[in-house]
Amino acid sequence: MKHIITVQVENKPGVLARVSSMFARRGFNIHSLTVGPSVEPDQSRMTVVVDGPEMEQIVKQLRKMINTVKVTELAPGEGIEREVILVRVSSSAAQRGELLDAASIFDARAADVGPSSITFEIADSPERCNDFLSLISPYGIIELVKSGRIALRKDGRGESHPGAAAPSGLKAIGS
Amino acid sequence: MTEILTGAQALMRSLEIEGVEVMFGVPGGAILPFYDPILDSPVRHVLARHEQGGGHMAEGYAQATGKVGVTVATSGPGATNLITPLADAYMDSVPMVAITGQVPTTAIGNDAFQEAHTWGISMPCTKHNYLVTDVDEIPDTIAEAFHVASTGRPGPVLVDLPKDILTAQMQWHQPGRTNLPGYKPSTHGHARQVSAAIDLVMAANRPVLYVGGGVLKAEGEVELLRFAERANAPVVTTLMARGVFPDSHPLHLGMPGMHGHYTAIRALQEADLVVALGARFDDRVTGDPASFAQRAKIIHVDVDPAEIGKIRVPDVPIVGDARLVIEQLDAALADAQAGSRPEHTAWFEELSVWQRDYPLEYDQTADGPLKQQYVIEELNKLAPDATIVAGVGQHQMWASQFWKFERPRTWINSGGLGTMGYAVPAAVGAQVGVPDKTVIAIDGDGCFQMTFQELITAAIEKIPVKVVLMNNSSLGMVKQWQRLFYDERYSSVDLTTHTPDYVKLAEAMGCVGIRVDSRDDVRPALEKALAVEDQPVVVEVKADPDEMVFPMVPAGASNDDVIARFRDLPGQP
Repeated sequence: MKHIITVQVENKPGVLARVSSMFARRGFNIHSLTVGPSVEPDQSRMTVVVDGPEMEQIVKQLRKMINTVKVTELAPGEGIEREVILVRVSSSAAQRGELLDAASIFDARAADVGPSSITFEIADSPERCNDFLSLISPYGIIELVKSGRIALRKDGRGESHPGAAAPSGLKAIGS
Repeated sequence: MTEILTGAQALMRSLEIEGVEVMFGVPGGAILPFYDPILDSPVRHVLARHEQGGGHMAEGYAQATGKVGVTVATSGPGATNLITPLADAYMDSVPMVAITGQVPTTAIGNDAFQEAHTWGISMPCTKHNYLVTDVDEIPDTIAEAFHVASTGRPGPVLVDLPKDILTAQMQWHQPGRTNLPGYKPSTHGHARQVSAAIDLVMAANRPVLYVGGGVLKAEGEVELLRFAERANAPVVTTLMARGVFPDSHPLHLGMPGMHGHYTAIRALQEADLVVALGARFDDRVTGDPASFAQRAKIIHVDVDPAEIGKIRVPDVPIVGDARLVIEQLDAALADAQAGSRPEHTAWFEELSVWQRDYPLEYDQTADGPLKQQYVIEELNKLAPDATIVAGVGQHQMWASQFWKFERPRTWINSGGLGTMGYAVPAAVGAQVGVPDKTVIAIDGDGCFQMTFQELITAAIEKIPVKVVLMNNSSLGMVKQWQRLFYDERYSSVDLTTHTPDYVKLAEAMGCVGIRVDSRDDVRPALEKALAVEDQPVVVEVKADPDEMVFPMVPAGASNDDVIARFRDLPGQP
């Protein structure tokens, strides 16, 4: 089961290195990690997708880092999840029409069309992105790049992690 | 009026504002600008002979005093030599600030002379670290470094300062408030958790308080004593906590773990409630964690939330400062008991049988080889109030077993990292911190050969540490493992008896050297050493090379399989 952790960090030099070093040192696997500016000008927001049973330790170790302001876990279904994919798929002139049809079903856009390939862009939930890739893979995927997942909590799904202060007790995590 | 200072002067002043009284370090190119204002400052600088020595001195000072230890090194090799003390302090939660020089900002990344990526290298072995790139940030950074090092779970913080930042000029300003929006260490425990914990304490018939170094760091010894007596619960103190609860107290069962007291190990295995206070379920305590204290409910008190549930999921977790939480637990227990203290009669009877049947033992004959345990007991009689500093290995385990610790901060050692060579420099630092106390390093010959050069520092600075060097001519603990688990195939453990000549070596370094090789000479030799007040002393004890440490839980085994005594080994009479 993949879990999403969003991490609000002070925007200080090397903070990404700190986080990734901690993951490496503790032996936690990262499925994807994205980082960018947040609504607070002096803070960045990371979205980390992790795989594995160590969720609770990962959240605690992130909270323990001095530059971490806030750590939130999104249980499956609690967040709006998106990723962006650029994919170049092999396409003869004859195949172009059917590929474009398939793309339109998934709201994927042809970003570049060449004599022997089409590059699609799609920004959607990870499930829809994967469905699209499955659909076009028989044509032959030449190159692929994924942005990594970003996520926001859905409105009304409860903010269960107020502030960065470590709560007493296990129950506070993911409850 | 505005005051213009160099970065180096601002650094010196910032350290003075933090109340620093001593720094342990070694100068070099990149840190040179900082060594100039040291001459004009009242802060003492102890010149170590190696940066690792300076780092362990800062640790010893911090462990002996509770204050933040400060160490200084230059860039590149100076900083890399500091990594072992940093990792050591991180493991054992020792408050320390390391100041390192760095090549100028314009040279960073260019493989400049004596450049190392100190910030990156030190990241995983510090609580936090800084690379200062603006001279104006020096006062706030130093204030923040001391704040982080000394609060919450203490630990080492490194501040890396490029040379051009140290020479740049700034308008002096007092350090402001620290701005760490995500750093708010917990203090008091959650009231509901405290109350849940007391429910378990009230229901327990076989409780044990498993006390770790966190109680010592939190200075919770008074609260611990009160709580243990009120709960009438036996206490075990880990290697990092020796001294926080008096060994002479009837509730004290001694040290748990791989080489702990049999009764302490067994009590945890048989307990129905383990109250872990500032302890982290280290593998050297738990043995195989799956079979550790299987029948016990667990209350886990720790200031670091990440320790809770890391190894063992507790029934009641409490995040908070150990002293404050124990105080809360004690108050809640007093209310719950309403004056009636539990007897736990059956439990104490069981414990006393184990204590009677499995005491620590050794056999010192009149003319046989000297046993390290005997020397430690004799030393304890002569200097009961001394601060003991140990290296890592057999001598460390015997010191922790056979010394009677009665007060906190009288036992200083490298627990988590297990750094051989810790004793001599840490003892030097400790002695600087507590100049009126007797500080004795109990060291092994393997450890001693790693860091003895710091006795030169001690001799020149007139730091009168005593070193009792247990010379068993081998890497004793490694040898013990090869004997027990590698079919007596001894590989690279022989250090030979005669080289070096430790008495001559001591004298060459400006210390008093004493050698003792028979039982009846032990006491006079130790008395002579303790009488020296203006010079370091090395007492070389020609110790039994075949003596082994027991009890012993083999690495990875269950604590149920503890080997209590040598004669319990298969094949022994």
